[in-house]
Amino acid sequence: MNLHTPVSLFIQCLVDTMYPEVGEAMVRIFDRLGVPLAYPEGQTCCGQPAFNSGYQREAAAAARRFIELFESAETIVCPSGSCVAMVRHHYPELFRDDPELRARAEAVGAKTFELTEYLVDVLGVTDLGAVFPGIVTYHESCHLSRTLGIREPPRHLLRRVQELHLVEMDNSDSCCGFGGAFSVNYPDISLAMVDEKINNILKSGAGTVVGCDIGCLMQIRGRLTRRKENIRVLHIAQILAAGENR
Amino acid sequence: MSAEEPSYSETARDGLANACLQRSLRGLQDQCGKGALAAWRALPDPTLRSRVKARRVETLAHLDRVLEQLADGIRARGGQVFFAATAAEANSYVLDLARRRGVQRVVKGKSMLSAEIGIDAAFGAAGIEVLESDLGEFIVQLAGSTPSHIIAPCIHMDRQQIGRLFADQLHIPYTDDPPTLTRAARKVLRHKLLTADMGLTGCNLACAETGQITLVSNEGNIRMATTMPRLHVALMGMERIAATLEDQRDLLQLLTQGAALQKLSTYVSFVGGPSKEGDPDGPEEFHLVIVDNGRSRILADPEFREVLACIRCGACLNICPVYGRIGGHAYHSPYSGPIGAVVTPLLQGINRHADLCRGETLCGDCREVCPVQIDLPRMLVALRHKLAYGDPGWQVRPYNRIEALGYAIWWRIVGSRRFYETFLKICRTLQRPFTGPEGRVGRLPGWGGGWTEGRDLPPLAPMFFRERWRQMYRENQTERGQQGAEERHHGQ
Repeated sequence: MNLHTPVSLFIQCLVDTMYPEVGEAMVRIFDRLGVPLAYPEGQTCCGQPAFNSGYQREAAAAARRFIELFESAETIVCPSGSCVAMVRHHYPELFRDDPELRARAEAVGAKTFELTEYLVDVLGVTDLGAVFPGIVTYHESCHLSRTLGIREPPRHLLRRVQELHLVEMDNSDSCCGFGGAFSVNYPDISLAMVDEKINNILKSGAGTVVGCDIGCLMQIRGRLTRRKENIRVLHIAQILAAGENR
Repeated sequence: MSAEEPSYSETARDGLANACLQRSLRGLQDQCGKGALAAWRALPDPTLRSRVKARRVETLAHLDRVLEQLADGIRARGGQVFFAATAAEANSYVLDLARRRGVQRVVKGKSMLSAEIGIDAAFGAAGIEVLESDLGEFIVQLAGSTPSHIIAPCIHMDRQQIGRLFADQLHIPYTDDPPTLTRAARKVLRHKLLTADMGLTGCNLACAETGQITLVSNEGNIRMATTMPRLHVALMGMERIAATLEDQRDLLQLLTQGAALQKLSTYVSFVGGPSKEGDPDGPEEFHLVIVDNGRSRILADPEFREVLACIRCGACLNICPVYGRIGGHAYHSPYSGPIGAVVTPLLQGINRHADLCRGETLCGDCREVCPVQIDLPRMLVALRHKLAYGDPGWQVRPYNRIEALGYAIWWRIVGSRRFYETFLKICRTLQRPFTGPEGRVGRLPGWGGGWTEGRDLPPLAPMFFRERWRQMYRENQTERGQQGAEERHHGQ
């Protein structure tokens, strides 16, 4: 895979419907690199909400649909660690009793990448010529860091952004309390967790918190605005696409 | 969950509002949880954990044989071994023994299993005095409370509370000085340990090859409880066994590091039978009660067998962000934290403890810190799977038919591009009355209210990404690709 390999965009449902600007930022990043893009328009949801809640039949149906839609792609890139974890790790589990589908799931999983992983580990790009003035702290989302083991690529990319000062918050990799349906089913616990996260963000002195998973960012931003805290929340794609200087 | 028992969420709220608990748990997690992760990174042999895990699973695969070997070893030394299929069987064996031997006072070493089977209540009903000899357990018992952590039972109390409790119950002048409090407890415990008829302990690990059980402690109470009374009864979960001495050594190392960042605990007691003639001390009788109480069923299910590899070090409690906020009482079980969330439903009923299966974010911290790398998040999802559709094999009823219907409808929507787009466009229209002047959704009705109770929600975008793609990107895709390539070429 290289800069000429066409990328099929896998734009998770939350980005598609609530944060389309993140998807657009991704398009700008790949445009700048000259990577040819495709967007399979039949895509909807990868099935993660159903899977995490135990509804494996529905999740498997969504997985099957995703596999059929994306298996002809050369490479698939998504701006979300948890969706990639779903495809790469949980799709094969869903088809453990069906060798044929399992093999297809594994093949799709092997060519599905999270955005920063694709940029840094696959393309070997860290400097995207982005400019972002300000102090930024990075929230490590759970599935990105622990399930996929992607800890450094986002930091490599952020360190190369001009005028951006990256500071680490305490417990950057501890959960923000989102957890999909958990956040709605157990709001008190979820809020206590996000408050802990926000306190660490505030303590870091950063004016902007950045992450690679829109679920976490929605949780953090939703709580920040409710608490009337003046902190910006951005997806990493938005920072990497900011202020072209080439 | 029984009708009179408060729910997970209700008890969790108590924990969240308990400032003392919040302080203690933060201290514990900052030190022990992170410390355990650091300890694993610093292991001289990075494969140790996966090797030990593999051995543990292998041992579980022929548990019957290793347990027989253990029993043979202990019987050969004059000890007695009883296999209890249920909590009731275990309790009645111990109680019968106590009655036959005229036991009036029992001192306990820390044992989660004793709480699981409810032996204290059984002793109480028989008029036999039971006293905890582990300091934390002693405090909890004195307070009439239950442990809130596997290793640190009274983590929910601070020294001021303990000072008041001791002043009240032990009739000493109030102090919050830990050494003074410890001395006061020691004075009581020492007397009871010297006058008890039976020592009742748990079993951290057993070893089949050598035919002994192993107990770790930092207070010396285990040594006394296993040697001073004339009877020693050890309760052992049937999975807590190492096949070989070498396995036991490795497990012991992981246990004490995972639990308290110790290379080895202050005391390690190996017990293989009663005292022999000429021994300076030791009990006249040693009984090992090996308890199943639902473990066979877990062992028989390949999906959950892995949870029996647990060595109850408590490391997952020391890192879990949910446990770290709500504390142990919300789990309504001797086993709290992530391990409790999996093992309690499996032992006591999946429907009864549905909240434990559902009340986590699947963040994966527990899997990362576990000394034997148990994949608890995977099993939480497997438990939710059983709740979703029901499972006769585990006597699980579908948890919530409305939720199930919701996901069936969800699939109808995401299963078709046309339905998905139409549905979202309708939602975009319907959201208008809920969207505030600053462009945020501040209050949602019904289920969604769980979100907006403390958070804002972004409204659905005026144009979804798919719409923007169609309008702005799709058509000039090739051109843009070439342009980008040229820019890159010039930049080089």
